[in-house]
Amino acid sequence: MVYLLSESMATIIYEQTRSEAMGAAEAQGDLWVGLDQLEPVSGWALKPEGLCRRDECVPVAGRQGATDGDRVNLSEVARLLGQPILHEPEVDTWLVGPRASAGLASIEAPDFTLPDLAGKAHTLSDYRGRKVFLVSWASW
Amino acid sequence: MDSAGNEAARPWIENASTTYPCLIDREHVVSALYNMPNVPNAVWIDESGIIVRPAEAAGTSEAWRTMDRQTFSLDKDALVTIGARRSAYTAAVRDWVERGDKSPHALSPDQVRRRSRGLSEEEALATANFRMGLHLRETGRADLAEGYLRRAVELRPESWNFRRQALALGDPAAAGGPDFWGAVDDLGEGRYYPEIEMEGMPTDTVPRA
Repeated sequence: MVYLLSESMATIIYEQTRSEAMGAAEAQGDLWVGLDQLEPVSGWALKPEGLCRRDECVPVAGRQGATDGDRVNLSEVARLLGQPILHEPEVDTWLVGPRASAGLASIEAPDFTLPDLAGKAHTLSDYRGRKVFLVSWASW
Repeated sequence: MDSAGNEAARPWIENASTTYPCLIDREHVVSALYNMPNVPNAVWIDESGIIVRPAEAAGTSEAWRTMDRQTFSLDKDALVTIGARRSAYTAAVRDWVERGDKSPHALSPDQVRRRSRGLSEEEALATANFRMGLHLRETGRADLAEGYLRRAVELRPESWNFRRQALALGDPAAAGGPDFWGAVDDLGEGRYYPEIEMEGMPTDTVPRA
């Protein structure tokens, strides 16, 4: 596997996590990162049962292109998980978007943390025990 | 939900003298998680964190489309229709607050599943393009951002959030300007907000152009 085409500090935006990944490299349009960088960058870890994050594991058996032992093909991981991945070469920035799915993964409300005007963080799951009316609006 | 952040949201929050938390969502995170393509949209979540009504265009009416495009004013009939729909929706919220799952407006898990859908591959790709555009703008590359924001709208034309946010980033007034009205006119008889499926909601029709 030849992957040392452009090794440098790439910016990787994986869902809501932004990382500067040293040693990230592109090969044939795919993004490779060190095995030890997979979890800090994406939250997913490569385990014997597959790619795992929290209580979910996705099998990788048969996806030979996903790892070469030392590195992980993050583009292949994104494809496996049904996520789009974009690359803007001018600023060497990669972005992995949300997972595509037919229905809601669960009827449990997906958690998020966002700041208020004063910068104080609010997490949806902290409101368990109360009803939440979640409404979106915008100034525009 | 404002990519311009506090600066854009502050006057609205302060004028409303809110007693509930108002969160600033520059990257439209909640819209992607709950698949909300427009504003306003609302989701009802019960005490155990279960969705009892998935994203819907809370309390909206199509009657706003008759507004004067310069002054944004509405005639009496339109205001009556809008008011009736909003009142019916807020009454439903209150009923749920008081009666919980005994309220007819709180849906069963099966109904919630039937009314919900995730993001298609194209919609997920649209979201990725939108986020890349926002990131490039924030890091001083508005020149590169433009193509990504345009692509997001092309991939998901029914996302008024993508379209109007992209317009507003160029010029805050543009989200209600000619490009916006042109897209609304292109809807023809089509709805801007999908109909709210709720018992007791007064019917709502698309006004003639």
